[in-house]
Amino acid sequence: MTGTGVFLRTFLRRDRWVMLWWGIGAALLYYTQAVSVADLYTTQAEFARAAATMQHNAAFIALSGPPRALNTIGGQVTWQATAFGAIVAGLMSMFLVGRHTRAEEESGRDELVRAAAVGRHAPMTAALVTSLLANLFLGALVALSLVAYPLAAADSLALGAGLALCGWVYTGTALVAAQLTSSTRGMYGLAGAFIGLTYALRAVGDVGNPVLTWLSPIGWYQAMHAFSGVRWWPLLLLLAAAAATSATAYAVFARRDFGSGVLASRPGPERAGRSLQSGLGLAWRLQRGAVAGWVVGLFCLGVAYGSIGDDVGDLVGDSGTTRDMFAQGGAGLVDGFFATALLMLAVIGCGFAISSALRPRTEEVEGRAETLLATALARNRWLLGHTAVTVLGVLLVLAAAGLGLGAGYALVTGDGGALPRLSLPILEYVAPVLVLSGFARLLAGLAPRAATLAWLPLAFAAVVMLFGAVLRLPQWVQDLSPFEHLPLVPAQEFRWLPFLAVLLAAACLSAAGQAAFRRRDLH
Amino acid sequence: MGTGDAAPLEIRGLVKTFGSVRALDGLDLAVRPGEVHGFLGPNGAGKSTTIRVLLGLLRKNAGEVRLFGGDPWRDAAALHRRLAYVPGDVNLWPNLTGGEVIDLLGRLRGGLDRTRVDELVERFELDPTKRGRSYSKGNRQKVALVAALAADVELLVLDEPTSGLDPIMEAVFQGCVDEFRDRGRTVLLSSHILAEVERLCDRVSIIRAGRTVETGTLAELRHLTRTSIAAELATPPRGLDVLPGVHDLVVEGTRARFEIDTVALDGALDVLRAAGVRSLTCQPPTLEELFLRHYGDEPTAAEPPEADYAVTGR
Repeated sequence: MTGTGVFLRTFLRRDRWVMLWWGIGAALLYYTQAVSVADLYTTQAEFARAAATMQHNAAFIALSGPPRALNTIGGQVTWQATAFGAIVAGLMSMFLVGRHTRAEEESGRDELVRAAAVGRHAPMTAALVTSLLANLFLGALVALSLVAYPLAAADSLALGAGLALCGWVYTGTALVAAQLTSSTRGMYGLAGAFIGLTYALRAVGDVGNPVLTWLSPIGWYQAMHAFSGVRWWPLLLLLAAAAATSATAYAVFARRDFGSGVLASRPGPERAGRSLQSGLGLAWRLQRGAVAGWVVGLFCLGVAYGSIGDDVGDLVGDSGTTRDMFAQGGAGLVDGFFATALLMLAVIGCGFAISSALRPRTEEVEGRAETLLATALARNRWLLGHTAVTVLGVLLVLAAAGLGLGAGYALVTGDGGALPRLSLPILEYVAPVLVLSGFARLLAGLAPRAATLAWLPLAFAAVVMLFGAVLRLPQWVQDLSPFEHLPLVPAQEFRWLPFLAVLLAAACLSAAGQAAFRRRDLH
Repeated sequence: MGTGDAAPLEIRGLVKTFGSVRALDGLDLAVRPGEVHGFLGPNGAGKSTTIRVLLGLLRKNAGEVRLFGGDPWRDAAALHRRLAYVPGDVNLWPNLTGGEVIDLLGRLRGGLDRTRVDELVERFELDPTKRGRSYSKGNRQKVALVAALAADVELLVLDEPTSGLDPIMEAVFQGCVDEFRDRGRTVLLSSHILAEVERLCDRVSIIRAGRTVETGTLAELRHLTRTSIAAELATPPRGLDVLPGVHDLVVEGTRARFEIDTVALDGALDVLRAAGVRSLTCQPPTLEELFLRHYGDEPTAAEPPEADYAVTGR
């Protein structure tokens, strides 16, 4: 363990700003819920009426968690923020752990450091402790912000502590992922898939079979029942899972070679296949793994949502308000649920679209584009190859999500005819998803150093989708999200005009990005 | 422009700025057909920047750049059919094998000779079935070298191509460059490894701080430099200290050591002969000394001396 302290200080120093931003983001997620709920309802009666409606909304339950004490501010905060808070903590842990373990090892910097007088486990332990501390900080900020609001101190503390321990679990699983894979990209894929899985498990569990909820750390966190008779014992579950996963990571680490993962890379073909002879062929080769991963992931998430669609009717009962709220345009209740689910799947699919649009930038930064563009491959064709893969990938990923949704519903209800009716409408969202990827391309062409800002519009679109109404954002602000311009299919009727208009916007952004790239220096 | 017998490359007064930094400041470079042209300079002198402008990866701010008589920015892809490039720091795709990369780059250059690839793979002792992420730096370099050397092109652009190669592989590489030149092709070799340049290059351009400070054949450049002389004489030498062009003179009785500007060599020999020569050691200047004179001993007033260069440049 020699050197752990030195590493820890270095890591904390490198990460202090990152941690601060994650912490502020998480605290805002919780705090703004409290503020907006308080602003939204003028009388307690109004609040209670709204709460009763939400109580039975299966889409919201699948999105957020089990509804408890929704007629209190604390209950609303718990319901709206915990699931997403846990994902935030999970992503932060994943990036912190990845950055100090697998990424360092892949780049070879770790090797340099390891040659010095440091213990075998020192860098890993320091990374683990860094992430644990970051999560404590995150939880503390959340708890403090809620106490400051002011909400009941004990329950606020429970929300903060549960969040921190959720992050600890994801720290452990990220550490395991770092041992299993041999590339940073693969590690993020594996750890991210695990976070998605835990979220999906509790979504399905909360609406359908509650056993599934108990398989997910997010489920444990929400089982603490903050602001509705808080109980502390689920923290022990989280603590045990964090300890178990971390211990597993150490055990795996002891059995593997430096620089490799357990899932080792095998020798590959000596010669290139037929497809690998153009910019497009290479782009597909580089991105096909990501496309496949997203297709499978969103298909499964679609199936999960689809399979609970049938329970929607039971949950809602005959609460007339919900019917009004959901059945805009007069379509059935089920369609209302599916409209929300499709929109959410499409917003998640933006994750693929943006990362795919930024892929050429990664190629550039890592110096591989230089080698390529010194051949007879023209800049334009190289970039267009990647763009073609992005567009194709978006189509495939969204189609898979829609198909999963329809298939899940058809399987549970035996209503095969519902499949095309529920699946196909998602293709409408190809347009807004491509707007976000087009924006990413524009940034990469125009302001390459700021290319990571391409993720901001996704965060914005998600906020508008989830909280637009709750936060009472002005319409013009909501309209900045390209998703807002399209009808909520299948509850509302598909219309060509907005679809084509948004598609055109995507094409313009993309073309502008292409033109800007042609004019600038390569990194 | 575009004629077949245009000089492979010609650069005049090239300026490239990055923000307020002037990376290239009026650089000149001309490479003749069929020669191996050494492109020398300390780290940060602008070698890689020049090459990247030449490849149309960076856009020049001013000056003239002609590649095979064409404009490397506008006609990049077409001109690139006629050259192959090996960057100083080769990065490969982590999940593509070396063999796949060689094939891909070859195809993108417009086809490659299968038997030549196999031969080069064998000579460089490269395992083409390993994936990019598991290659060492030297092996990544080999992948790029094999891909470039197997291409049927007129010009090789090599940016510090042997960094990471062991001495045996360096020799293999030098053999390959010789063969390439023997077929009448042209090479631009950027390097700061002087032994390599001395061994391979017909002509040399030395740049410093974005500007060409010297260009010519090694023989021509030696004219500008000093020869070291150590002599044992019958009698103490007379008049060496007043002879123009003599530097660092040390006389110990009948022994003399000094450096002399090559143009003044004749006069010095006269003085020595007059004293009676018993033994004489004459060392032509190495490129190393040439370099030290430009970058170490006598820095131009504007720039700080780059004393550390003597260490990094061997």
